[in-house]
Amino acid sequence: MPSTKDKQKRPVVVVTGMGVVTSLGAGKTENWEKLTAGLSGVKTISRFPTDNLKTKMAGTVDFLDVEPYSTAALSERLADLASEEAVGESGIGKRGDFPGPLFLAVPPIEIEWPHRLEVAAASRGNASVGYADLLREAATGKFAAMHDRFQLGSVANTIADKFGTKGSPISLSTACASGATAIQLGVEAIRRGETDTALCIGTDGSVNPESLIRFSLLSALSMWSGEPGAAAKPFSKNRDGFVMAEGAGALVLESMESALARGATILGVVEGCGEMADAFHRTRSSPDGKPIIGCIRNALNDAGLTPDDIDYINPHGTGTPENDKMECLGVTTVFGERASKIPISSNKSMVGHTLSAAGAIEAVFTLLTLRNERIPPTINYKVPDPAIQLDVVPNTARDAKNLRHAISSSFGFGGQNVSLVMGLEPA
Amino acid sequence: MAEAEAWITGIGIVSCLGEGPDAHWNALNASRPQADTNTLAPYIIHPLAPVDFDKQIPKKGDQRQMEPWQRTGAYAAGLALDSAGVKGNTAILSNMDMIVAAGGGERDLAVDANIMTGMPTAADPGAWLNERLMSDLRPTLFLAQLSNLLAGNISIVHGVTGSSRTFMGEESAGIDAMRIALSRIAAGQSSIALVGGAFNADRPDHLLIKEFGGYNLKDTFAPVWDRGPKGGLALGSFGAFLVLEERSHADARGAKRIAKLSAVLSDRSNRKPGQVSATLEQLWQKLAGRLKAGSHAVITGASGAEPATGEERAFYAKHPDVPVRASGTFIGHADEPQFAMNLALAALAIGRGTLFPPCDESGVERPMQGSLAQAVVASVGHAWGEGLALVEAGP
Repeated sequence: MPSTKDKQKRPVVVVTGMGVVTSLGAGKTENWEKLTAGLSGVKTISRFPTDNLKTKMAGTVDFLDVEPYSTAALSERLADLASEEAVGESGIGKRGDFPGPLFLAVPPIEIEWPHRLEVAAASRGNASVGYADLLREAATGKFAAMHDRFQLGSVANTIADKFGTKGSPISLSTACASGATAIQLGVEAIRRGETDTALCIGTDGSVNPESLIRFSLLSALSMWSGEPGAAAKPFSKNRDGFVMAEGAGALVLESMESALARGATILGVVEGCGEMADAFHRTRSSPDGKPIIGCIRNALNDAGLTPDDIDYINPHGTGTPENDKMECLGVTTVFGERASKIPISSNKSMVGHTLSAAGAIEAVFTLLTLRNERIPPTINYKVPDPAIQLDVVPNTARDAKNLRHAISSSFGFGGQNVSLVMGLEPA
Repeated sequence: MAEAEAWITGIGIVSCLGEGPDAHWNALNASRPQADTNTLAPYIIHPLAPVDFDKQIPKKGDQRQMEPWQRTGAYAAGLALDSAGVKGNTAILSNMDMIVAAGGGERDLAVDANIMTGMPTAADPGAWLNERLMSDLRPTLFLAQLSNLLAGNISIVHGVTGSSRTFMGEESAGIDAMRIALSRIAAGQSSIALVGGAFNADRPDHLLIKEFGGYNLKDTFAPVWDRGPKGGLALGSFGAFLVLEERSHADARGAKRIAKLSAVLSDRSNRKPGQVSATLEQLWQKLAGRLKAGSHAVITGASGAEPATGEERAFYAKHPDVPVRASGTFIGHADEPQFAMNLALAALAIGRGTLFPPCDESGVERPMQGSLAQAVVASVGHAWGEGLALVEAGP
């Protein structure tokens, strides 16, 4: 029987259930088929008018019926769907009685324009409408449901109630690293021995006009005007920004001891987590790459592995000029001469950048890559960047035997960086 | 394996009472709440006392990149690092973990009002909304609104880079930030952490969310226990950060250990009648064995919102020998940072060995005889989430 403790004598943390929803579809099967076929989920936005916008495409999830749309409502539905798949696969607990805590990466919840305008319309009576009018209208009590809907903890509360997770659910944000932070919090809780299992989710359904415009004003988004599916171009010389997208990834983490005891199928191991914050700038990485380098090294150290042990990299790979350049610097520094030989492919080239969900979705895809011995490509790689000498698995998926350990990295605005090391067997 | 002890070695607080421990302690002992009934009338708020932000955020460029909630938080974080004696100590700050409890940031009220006013007459409302947002939103406003950018700004201004996590979710975010930071230190996963948050009450958009649920206090100020059957919370602007440190880490650098954080417990009752007080009782029983008769008290973040505060009042009625103090009467209610603030006030009281006097004529707060060695910090979210923490004096 394998040891259920790692090299640091901590409980080994395994994955016993995974669920995923992206613009490619719902569930692991559909996502994996399309991901390895090199298909894109990015399309022209149909949810709202895009007149006067510089970016008109996104990886929206349009196949779920969420009315009325809000970031909170869609993020909740996505998290629910991914969790159904993950919890169902793990077979842990009983329906509505998940025996551990919830860690949920979720976009910051706020009142959105349709709701603000609904209250404004109800308050009409003045030629001009301001917050005093909204407050007067809110005081009628007619919009009480909006209080609960727009609490920042509302999505986690609903998911906790439905799945019966234990204790106070944690909603968290480390911007684009949020999904990885949710997993890290679960790993830490299991290692502390507080719980045998944790439900870790990253979800994001925030493609609405104001969110899109905010990123647009920061010059972060691709303004590609051609076929939408060709917009996300990570590591290419003509990359021009990321493509906003929606989705959710959910993982049931469990101590190996607990998983073995109940005869659960072990899908993979979360071997190590690393993080390091960047103090350089609100939206840009430190030019020396130290935080990214330190983050990856911390994850390797936590896993008790060396750079030579890594066989696949699932990068942040957003397709912004800045990120891909800095990530290349980080990978090249950590992995040295091997850097150009390790396959590194960006899921975001196909599903877009799912923001708060990305770290969790990419953790699911990373384990699927190891399990299926097949590496999804970086699509839209037509114009190589001579400054980025990496094996980005261009355009076509590739079979790869004996992938032992992989690293998945996420780097967020605000300088929050997280890397996860995953494998099929304990390190 | 024995759990490591976590101590509060730094306190950074700023509120309507001023900044720093002495300003707060003196105001609490004077029993004179400060509330503003004019600025956002009929709503009552507790605005931030005047602050010279240059003292903790020296670069004007950094200040311009933040809206008030972030400036307040970055300021309080700096006070905490100063208090712990680690400001500028790169070796420690680069290994310091950070958990911030944060809500969302300020909106541009003029932009919002302009859109709400013009929308009904716009020929093509969707296109017009896009046009207005594209041209009227400041590019950097987003960074002031993002929940995780308070932590980001603290990294930039103060160089805290060991790790950075932001918890959202109103009052519970503040409780769980402390719970996770304590658990990590106790288990040897962390040796020093900066934990807290900030809130700006002077925001109609914050009032709006609360007003949807009918939670705001209006017209007449009263202590939190004495706000009538409808109750009401008065939002307060404040920032509160603590430095939590593993005992031997603190001792090795000769830090002053202010008080020991012995436990943080959180839960989320279903808020059916009686469930809040039952949940508080369950959490209390987990601490009861450690409480010494006659030398402990409760410092609570009771908001004044009903039915939450009524349930809390009922819980204390079952523990008539325990003195209770609600800081909200003085500084108002701030969702995310109130737990950190009350831990800070508890640490101050423990450090001084005495509790501040009652500020309530409804009978909940009663004088404490004797000295104070233990404080239980309580939190009952205005709509959900309950928590207790134990702060103790120690050798």
